[in-house]
Amino acid sequence: MSYDLIVIGTGPGGYVCAIRAAQLGMKVAVVEKRATHGGTCLNIGCIPSKALLHASELFEEAGHAFAKMGIGVSKPKLDLKQMLVFKDEAVEGNTKGVEFLLKKNKVDAVHGTGRIAAAGKVEVKGADGKSQTLETKNIVIATGSDVARLKGIEIDEKRIVSSTGALTLEKVPEKMLVIGAGVIGLELGSVWRRLGAEVTVVEFLDGVLPGMDSEVRKQSQRLFEKQGMVFRLGAKVTAVDASGKRLKASIEPTKGGAAETIEADVVLVSIGRVPYTDGLGLKEAGVALDERGRVKTDAHYATNVPGIYAIGDVITGPMLAHKAEDEGMAVAEILAGQAGHVNYDVIPNVVYTYPEIASVGKSEDELKAANVAYNVGKFPFTANGRAKANQKTEGFVKILADAKTDRVLGVHIVGADAGNMIAEAAVAMEFSASAEDIARTCHAHPTLPEAVKEAALAVEKRAIHM
Amino acid sequence: MTDIRVPTLGESVTEATIGKWFKKAGDAVAVDEPLVELETDKVTIEVPAPAAGVLSEIAAKDGDTVAVGALLGQIKEGAGGAKPATAAATATGSPDKKTGTTAPIKAGEEEVKARGQDKPEAATPKPSGDMPLAPSVRKLSAESGVDAATVPGSGKDGRVTKGDLMAAIERAASAPTPVGQPAAAVQVRAPSPADDAAREERVKMTRLRQTIARRLKDAQNTAAMLTTFNEVDMKPVMDLRAQYKDLFEKKHGVKLGFMGFFVRACVQALKEIPAVNAEIDGADIIYKNYYHVGIAVGTEKGLVVPVVRDCDRKSLAEIEKNITDFGRRARDGALKIEEMQGGTFTITNGGIYGSLMSTPILNAPQSGILGMHKIQERPVAHDGKIEIRPMMYLALSYDHRIVDGREAVTFLVRVKENLEDPARIVLDL
Repeated sequence: MSYDLIVIGTGPGGYVCAIRAAQLGMKVAVVEKRATHGGTCLNIGCIPSKALLHASELFEEAGHAFAKMGIGVSKPKLDLKQMLVFKDEAVEGNTKGVEFLLKKNKVDAVHGTGRIAAAGKVEVKGADGKSQTLETKNIVIATGSDVARLKGIEIDEKRIVSSTGALTLEKVPEKMLVIGAGVIGLELGSVWRRLGAEVTVVEFLDGVLPGMDSEVRKQSQRLFEKQGMVFRLGAKVTAVDASGKRLKASIEPTKGGAAETIEADVVLVSIGRVPYTDGLGLKEAGVALDERGRVKTDAHYATNVPGIYAIGDVITGPMLAHKAEDEGMAVAEILAGQAGHVNYDVIPNVVYTYPEIASVGKSEDELKAANVAYNVGKFPFTANGRAKANQKTEGFVKILADAKTDRVLGVHIVGADAGNMIAEAAVAMEFSASAEDIARTCHAHPTLPEAVKEAALAVEKRAIHM
Repeated sequence: MTDIRVPTLGESVTEATIGKWFKKAGDAVAVDEPLVELETDKVTIEVPAPAAGVLSEIAAKDGDTVAVGALLGQIKEGAGGAKPATAAATATGSPDKKTGTTAPIKAGEEEVKARGQDKPEAATPKPSGDMPLAPSVRKLSAESGVDAATVPGSGKDGRVTKGDLMAAIERAASAPTPVGQPAAAVQVRAPSPADDAAREERVKMTRLRQTIARRLKDAQNTAAMLTTFNEVDMKPVMDLRAQYKDLFEKKHGVKLGFMGFFVRACVQALKEIPAVNAEIDGADIIYKNYYHVGIAVGTEKGLVVPVVRDCDRKSLAEIEKNITDFGRRARDGALKIEEMQGGTFTITNGGIYGSLMSTPILNAPQSGILGMHKIQERPVAHDGKIEIRPMMYLALSYDHRIVDGREAVTFLVRVKENLEDPARIVLDL
C-alpha cells in the first residue's frame, strides 16, 4: 500500500499540512518521533511559554496592581510546582487536540524517527528499535528547528538551559543570565523575572529584538528596563564556568575591551534556532541544503528531488509557527493541483511579553533602506479610553502607509493585547487596504483596537483623540 | 482544461466589456455554443465555447473590461467531448453567424501567472459575485465621479485599491483634453440633496454608449464643423417609386426605398466635389476615389453606422439590398466590426423620427454628413403658382478646414438636383 503523502514531523507545519491534504482527498501519514504531536511549538515552545507568561503575569499583577483596584489580597505565594502543572496541562490539552484532529481526518500517525530512504520511501524507526518502510508518492519534510548552541557553552538543561529547560526550572533562580535579547530570551526572561529572578540580558547587537522597527525596539527596551530587566548590549558571553556552586559567565564587549564575570544561578541560551535535519538521510537522498543548512526549495516548496517537499523552520523564512502552518496548507493544495500560496509580505510577528509587541509588514528602517516615501500615523495607548480604564497605557500603535497611494505597508504595536490586535492589520494588508480604509472602518468603543483606527487617522494627521 | 480567451476584435479594437455570461460556472457546454457576450466599441459579439465540457471557471465577470487575448474563463473538458475550436472558422461567411471574428486565440506567455504556472488554476477561489469596494475607494469614487468598476484593480483578486483609483483620477486629470476619456466618466458630479439622491438611478454606460459619446465629442473638438441647408421636392422620386416599386421588388426581391436614391445622388455629388469625400491626415489631405457610404441606424442600444461599400459601382438594387440587410442585423446586434469601418461619407435620417431640421455631427475622420429629414407637404411656389409639394429639408454638416463654403453648397445643390430629376442619376450629369 502506498500513501499519497507522508509528512515528517507533526509541528504546526506538519500536522496542518497533513490535515489539509486529507481534506483534499489524499491518503496521508505523519511520522513523529516525539510521543506527542505538535512539535516544538506545542510541546516545548509557544504553548508552554504562553502558559507560564499568563500565570506569571497574573502573579505579578496580584502582587502589584490588585491593591490599587481595591482588591485586597495578601502577598501572593508562588507554588512553582503547581504553575508547572498548569503549564503541562496546557501542553497536554493542545497535543491531544492535534492527535484528535489527525484521527478525525483519517491521517495515519506513525511514531518513530523518520528517514528518507529514497524518493517515495520513508523508513521509520520506532522506540522499540524496529524499523518499517512506508511508501508514498510525495514526502513533505516538516522537521522544524532546534536550539542554536554557543560554542564552549554546554547546555545541561538544569543550570545552563535552552528554552526547553527554562520551561521546567525546579525553583526560581536568584540570578538569571539570558544570552540573546530576541523573542525567546525576552519572553522567558520576563517569566522568571516576574517570579522573582534578577534577570540580566546579554545581547551581541546594540539593541533588543534585532530586525524589528527601531522605534519599537527602543521603546520596548525602556519598558523592560523599567520592569527591572538589566541589559548588556553590544556584548557577548565567551564562556560559562559551571564548576562552582554558582555559574560564572565571562562577558566581553563586542567592540573589544576588558572582560568581566557575571555570576548566575541559571544561564538561558536563547540566541536563535537552527534547521533540524539530523538523521533524515537528506544527503543520501540527494536533497540539497543551502549554506545555512536549510532545505533548499523552489516557490512551490519542492526540493531538488522530485516528490520531496519541505516547509516551515527547516526552509528559508521566519521561524514562526503560523508561517509553517500556511506553508503546510499551501504545499498540500499545490500537491492537489491547486494554486497554494503564502503571502510573505504579510506575516505577523508577536512577542508575548508585557506589553506585547506585534508587527506585520515593513519597519520604518526597511522602508528607509528601500527608499520608499511613507507617512507615519502613531497613536499612544495613553490616549485610548479602554487602556486608561485598565491603567495599562504602555505603548503605541504605529501605521506606515505609502505616501502616494496610502496603502498600509507596515503596522507596529507595542501594548497590552498587541498580539490580538495585529490580526486586523494583517487582514487589511492582505487586501491591500489603505490607512484610510482602516480609519473608515467602525471600531467598537471602548476597545484597545480603537488605537489602531486612531493611528490610521493619524496617517492623514486627523486623529481625533490626540 | 481549455482557456476561453477574448478573440481578436478587428482593427483598432483592443478591449471589450463583458456584456453577459450565458452560462454559469459548472454548466455543461457544447463546442461552439455561445458562452459570453462581449461589447466592443463597435459591436456586440458572442464568444463560442472552444471545446465541449464543463465551464469550470469564469475569470471575468459581467461588466469587466477585458483586453484582447485576456482569459475569460476555462472549460474543463468532459469525457470524449473535447475538440479544439476549429469549427468556428468554418462558419465564417455565413451572414447570420458572428463567428468570423470570434475564434479564440492563444494569449502570450505574459498572461500566465508566475506562481503555480505549471498547475491548473481552476481551484483558485474566486469571488463569485459582487466585490464591495473598500471604504476609501467608495468615497473617492463618489467624490471624483470615476467609476471604480472601470479601474483595473491591483489588490487581492483584482480589487481596486485607493492607490489604483487615485492613479486613475490622476490619469484622467492629466489627459491632454477631456476627449481622451469618455467625457462623462471624468466629470465631477456635485452630490445631490439626499431627498433627490434617493430618486436618482446610476447606470453604467455601455461600451457602445461611451464610444458614441467620445467619438461625437472628438469630432466636435477636431473639425471646424458647420452646416448648410437646402430643401428638396420629393415628388419626382416619390412618383418614380410609386410607378416602379412593385416591378422592382418582384425583380430584385427588395423594396424600393428612398435611401438608394439618396446614396446615388450623394455619390454623384461627391465625385464632383471630392473634398467632401476626403479626410485630413496631419498636414495632408487624403482624397478617396472610392465611395463607401455609411448609413446611420438607430438601435435599442444606440447608434451604429454600417457602411455600404463601393456605392459608385453598385446598382440601386444592390445598395437597397445592402441597406435592408444592415438594418436588420443592426437591430439584432449581429453586425461585424469590419462592416462598420472604412466609410468615406455618412447619411443620417432623422426624418424617420419626425425631425424637420437638424445639424448632424460628423462621423470623424470623414468631412461630410448628409442629414435627411421628414417629408412634409408644404405650399411652395412652382412656375409662378403655389402648389402643395412633399418637401424635405437637407442638411450637410462639413469640415470647413478642407471643404470650402462654395463646395459645400454646390454639393448640396447637386444632391437636390439629382433627387428632383432622377434622370440625372441615370445619365450621370
